[in-house]
Amino acid sequence: MPKDGGIGARTKRREDVRFLTGKGRYTDDINIRGQLHAHFIRSQVAHGRIRKIDTRDAEAMPGVVKVFTSADFAGAGGLPCGWQVTSRDGKPMLEPKHPVLAEGKVRHVGDPIAVVVAETLDQARDAAEAVVIDIEELPAVIDMKAAVQGGPLVHDEIGSNLCYDWGFVEENKAAVDEAFARAAHVTTLELVNNRLIANPMEPRVAVGDYEDHSGMHTLYTTSQNPHVIRLLMGAFVLSIPEHKLRVVAPDVGGGFGSKIYHYAEEAFVTKAAQVLKRPVKWTASRSEAFISDAQGRDHITRIELALDADHNFTALRCETYANMGAYLSTFAPCIPTWLHGTLLAGNYRTPLIYTNVKAVFTNTVPVDAYRGAGRPEATFQLERVIDKAARELGVSPVELRRKNFIKPDQFPYQTPVAVVYDTGNYHATLDKLLELSDYKGFEARAAESKKRGKLRGFGLAHYIEACGIAPSNLVGQLGARAGLYESATVRVNATGSITVFTGSHSHGQGHETTFAQVISEMIGIDASQVEIVHGDTSNTPMGMGTYGSRSLAVGGSAMVKATNKIINKAKKIAAHLMEASEADIELKDGKFTVAGTDKEKSWVDITLAAYVPHNYPLEDMEPGLEETAFYDPSNFTYPAGAYGCEVEVDPETGKVEIVAFTAADDFGNVVNPMIVEGQVHGGLAQGIGQAMLENCVYDENGQLLSGSFMDYAMPRADDLPFYRVDHSCATPCTHNPLGVKGCGEAGAIGSPPAVVNAVIDALHRGGFTHVTHIDMPVSPARVWQAIHG
Amino acid sequence: MTKVSMTVNGKAVSGEVEGRTLLSSFLREGLGLTGTHVGCDTSQCGACVVHVNGKAMKSCTVFAQDVAGAEICTIEGMANPDGSLSVIQQAFQDHHGLQCGFCTPGMVMSAAALLAENPRPTEAEVRHYLEGNLCRCTGYHNIIKAVLAASGQDVTKIAAE
Ligand code: FES
Ligand code: FES
Repeated sequence: MPKDGGIGARTKRREDVRFLTGKGRYTDDINIRGQLHAHFIRSQVAHGRIRKIDTRDAEAMPGVVKVFTSADFAGAGGLPCGWQVTSRDGKPMLEPKHPVLAEGKVRHVGDPIAVVVAETLDQARDAAEAVVIDIEELPAVIDMKAAVQGGPLVHDEIGSNLCYDWGFVEENKAAVDEAFARAAHVTTLELVNNRLIANPMEPRVAVGDYEDHSGMHTLYTTSQNPHVIRLLMGAFVLSIPEHKLRVVAPDVGGGFGSKIYHYAEEAFVTKAAQVLKRPVKWTASRSEAFISDAQGRDHITRIELALDADHNFTALRCETYANMGAYLSTFAPCIPTWLHGTLLAGNYRTPLIYTNVKAVFTNTVPVDAYRGAGRPEATFQLERVIDKAARELGVSPVELRRKNFIKPDQFPYQTPVAVVYDTGNYHATLDKLLELSDYKGFEARAAESKKRGKLRGFGLAHYIEACGIAPSNLVGQLGARAGLYESATVRVNATGSITVFTGSHSHGQGHETTFAQVISEMIGIDASQVEIVHGDTSNTPMGMGTYGSRSLAVGGSAMVKATNKIINKAKKIAAHLMEASEADIELKDGKFTVAGTDKEKSWVDITLAAYVPHNYPLEDMEPGLEETAFYDPSNFTYPAGAYGCEVEVDPETGKVEIVAFTAADDFGNVVNPMIVEGQVHGGLAQGIGQAMLENCVYDENGQLLSGSFMDYAMPRADDLPFYRVDHSCATPCTHNPLGVKGCGEAGAIGSPPAVVNAVIDALHRGGFTHVTHIDMPVSPARVWQAIHG
Repeated sequence: MTKVSMTVNGKAVSGEVEGRTLLSSFLREGLGLTGTHVGCDTSQCGACVVHVNGKAMKSCTVFAQDVAGAEICTIEGMANPDGSLSVIQQAFQDHHGLQCGFCTPGMVMSAAALLAENPRPTEAEVRHYLEGNLCRCTGYHNIIKAVLAASGQDVTKIAAE
């Protein structure tokens, strides 16, 4: 049994009390005396040339302080892109400027053109109606293939809509082609990974404040990584040195990737507050969020799997078109490349892999990471093509996978796509899944469904993901313009309580609870003695924030490293006080003892001695007990698992109902199982949402057809089942101190192919064997059409 | 601008509003009760649910002046008089029915209204009732469980902890 409040305990979350009583402090809850309100005027057309903007009438309206246009940002830089991808021909990707406010052209519906700043929001909105904007509408390009086949240019100055043309592993290309030529069987599948909108329930908000006498800027923003925003905005956009810029991300209402990026509105309020010498606030409406938050996925892929006569996978070949939207969002270029191509080995021993990715500019909202980011796209195509291959060969999809799994004794496993998996046991998670989902009883359940006129299907998917992002030297070679370490300062206070300042950021993950559990376990004091502080660049060390399931694996490791420094120093102090050798000092349950004696000092004896150093080896050691550590991971972590979806399809209407969903994950060690299960539940809902409901759709003119919750089908409580989740098949990570792998994205990665595989299975069982694939979301209309196609 | 008065969480309050001022804005901006959240502009998400004369209502969909004189209860008024969490709030914490907390005020207010109408709802009834409350974090599993638990039902058998 884990100690209450220690590692492994289902400790209830301390942050819940404020959220449950309405005392959370989200960015929109912040109102600064004298604050003005900003209203953005955004393009209503997908592509156009700005002929004229006339702000005079608007500026004369009640309460209006100023109307800003791109002219007010003449000296500012563009919003920077944090990752450079190199094309097959060795040339760097095309990287057009992404201005804070549109310069000369608008390139997507929602592109900001001008901003009205007024005393009240209603006044700003009213005045926006009086801003005259004359735009010459240009033909828009929405379809990716059309965009690279001579479609209108999104950015005239770069001369092409092809951002990059990436091949991986380029040296393997000939060998892959040769393996295909020799294959006993080749399965081919063309599919779409549908575009999604992250839609955290809290829309984005930014409040800028400026102190004239000191030149100090403060930005309050809904961010997953305030330090990253400070660096990008300060260094590249507004030229504000870090010591004059504080970025605070207080309670943040979910992110799922969409709050990683540096957005125009953040730079706008920061600059406007300085110009107007008053705080400026902007709060997105949901309608604005739909056309200004970076969107996710949107790949078109052709995948081919080669097998030998014994059904061993011999090679994999893929070609993907990845939509970048109109501008490069902060991490956009790395999603379809390094977070996608490197995962194409999946859980399998496929020896040869080649993928080609063409990233394309279109007149749509920028696309970037969304929960899973690249890894769901890799998993979906792989797990779909394997299922299709099993069907073509007439073998069990379960057994075809098992046959090709990397075996438990093959770890560490070098894949042909650069990454080395440290641990895993895919056979174990598969067996666990089959047991928990009562796979044996499936045929009986299918027969029972049939009696009711329903088609029951079982869909299996395995996944692996690379998390704990990321070793800095490696990502630097791959084009990252940032390091991806994490940091923590552990401050032990004089009377023994502890304040931890972490570079990670919590926007629902519960770090205030789980990080305290780790410290409690390491030192042996009660978790209530530990406070976790995050989200403010003025008191936390430079950290890269929270995404890519990295908080515990990287941020937690930094905290462990700093805590170990604390423990080492505390032991030295204890050795001095007890006149013993440091090597004999043991720390257990918050007490320092000398091995083989009954000498003992409490934690508080030591912390007091550190700050009241009357009897203290001052000549050898500084007083105080505070340590900072930066942790740079030596490898990614590789969570993996098996997901099983059971559906009932109504062949009359095409309606799909998920009747059971089971997840067997390997996350390595787990600090708080309750929170881990919650993360899986949330990921599953988003993955099932992608598979069954959600779809971001533009018409041919670039108008967003799914621009509100009325048209974009978010999963609701009555769309989803209770899930069965398990994380008992743990193979701890070998290279971080906690042995943890990360659990935030798994659900969203593994579930979409499980759902689609289940629907195809149901249709085949119903005799509709002509149906080999249905694109997501598998809506009743699509299923019905497939049946009758 | 007109003056409106109403009772919020048992206290008489009043303030100046425009005809277009929504109840959600009046609560948040006028009274500083920022526990009521705004997650959309199409009356779909339910983050803004409060009780108006005992009934759950989306406060983004009502003008402040139209509820003049009403009894309003918001998330800030849900704890027990001694400040401890009410049964429903406690069930949300016990069963991890919240992550980022943004949907939570609306969820708690809707759940309270459900249990007032239907003290022992089935799983399907809870899911159906909460259909107007979006949560992007929890996948609903633990919210449904929390509401069932708050109604006094045994939830230990529900698949997965
Ligand atoms: S804010 Fe009221 S329903 Fe969304
Ligand atoms: S807890 Fe984040 S939206 Fe529900």
